[in-house]
Amino acid sequence: MPSPRYRREMPQRYRLEAGKCKGCGKIFFPPRLICNKCGSEDFEQVVLPENGKIVTFTIIRVAPAQFEAEVPYAIAIVELENGVRITTQVVDCDTEKLEIGNEVKLVFRKVQEEGKTGIILYGYKAVLA
Amino acid sequence: MRDVYLIGCGMTKFGEIWESSFRDLFVEAGLKAIKDAGVDHLDSMYVGTMTSGLFVGQEHVGALMADYLGMAPIPAVRVESACCSGGLAVRMGFLDIASGNSDIVLAGGVEKMNDGADVTFALSTAADQEYECYHGVTFPGLYAMIARAHMDRYGTTRDQLAQVAVKNHFNGSMNPNAQFPRKVTLEQVKNAVLVADPLTVLDSSPVSDGGACVILASEEVAKKLQKPMIKIIGSGVATDSLALDQREDITALNAVKVSAERAFKMAGLKPTDIDLAEVHDCFTIAEICILEELGFAERGKGGLFTEQGHTALTGKIPINTSGGLKSKGHPVGATGAAQIVEIYEQLTGKSGERQIKNAKIGLSQNMGGSGASSVTHIFSLM
Repeated sequence: MPSPRYRREMPQRYRLEAGKCKGCGKIFFPPRLICNKCGSEDFEQVVLPENGKIVTFTIIRVAPAQFEAEVPYAIAIVELENGVRITTQVVDCDTEKLEIGNEVKLVFRKVQEEGKTGIILYGYKAVLA
Repeated sequence: MRDVYLIGCGMTKFGEIWESSFRDLFVEAGLKAIKDAGVDHLDSMYVGTMTSGLFVGQEHVGALMADYLGMAPIPAVRVESACCSGGLAVRMGFLDIASGNSDIVLAGGVEKMNDGADVTFALSTAADQEYECYHGVTFPGLYAMIARAHMDRYGTTRDQLAQVAVKNHFNGSMNPNAQFPRKVTLEQVKNAVLVADPLTVLDSSPVSDGGACVILASEEVAKKLQKPMIKIIGSGVATDSLALDQREDITALNAVKVSAERAFKMAGLKPTDIDLAEVHDCFTIAEICILEELGFAERGKGGLFTEQGHTALTGKIPINTSGGLKSKGHPVGATGAAQIVEIYEQLTGKSGERQIKNAKIGLSQNMGGSGASSVTHIFSLM
């Protein structure tokens, strides 16, 4: 992944920065330039809560090349306390025992490596709360 | 808008087609369609391919295919909307003729997926690259999350998912162009290798090479050529968020619903008027959700509807008589056009053992990604 592209997403991946529409209050993660609910282009920066619960999940057993060494791993859509949903891995758990509704907390982790000589890519992952 | 007619079609066999290149696959399907229609020229053409750049390192596909079909310098446009590139190419051809710009158009699609690319990665580019793929999401993974949410909310069962595969493989066993023209059992589907829980490899469409093309024409041309009058009476396209997590209801495919509503409105028809449909069963759960979005089954009852046999060849609304993506194969850019090939053959009585008797009105529904784009067409034998 080219470094400029990675750097641009750091506020979201490192600090969970989202955009709250000043027109209608809808929160977007990642932030957008225009609200798809009210059409406002006026946003304020907010930080997402770290706690939420699993809305749905799967266990990936066939992965793209950069994740092959990690299979099987769990991926979930997590609904955070403010209603925003994000897609993330769920780690440090027995994936076979995961259930919809499990309470989780977002933590900061390594997500990928950019080949043998590239940068290490970080971001959020979920652990059971 | 002018009326638009389907006057011919052609497709390659789907599968691991080692002897044919990317361009060969499209040209073979295109030449078959041109000969089937009996036209001596084209006014323009539309080529659907999802990601030929990643699969075979080839872009600039419109001009390439026009040249190799012997049709340059006609206008040729490449159309991309992930797995609904082929269906959208037909939509663009429809608009071209409806607008009065062209009288004869070739529209189709092609994909060459078995030439050594990282297929899981290439397909995942149809999802949100920064906020889904970055975390290791795959396409089976996205549909698996839809499946688990559907099972949790509506009580859809593991057996009901498997029944989609069993039914489509049964249909595909009678289709000589199918990649896997053989029957499978419920137990085989359920006990196959897991790809992304709860979906197994037999809940998933295969990795395929293939091409499919149709010829569209104005009424005047169709009448002059004395072809069966298959009219496109409905055409609708719609979009949704690429990322599944951005949707209010993870079990709903709103783009499918809206694309179908637009097509039904244009045709002045309702779901019960349809005699058969080809729908985008990239995974078994997808067919179940689509049955609900198209209005064939009630919300949450797509699995039960399948279990009750309503979507079988002998059911009230036969779905995926060709074998669907599941058995016929899913060369992603070609799929939408291949669905229309099946509808054309059914409406003109050429479907052999899997022929639906007295089929007059057929529907095709093709979607991209985890449902972020969808195109629905309705065809009528006039």
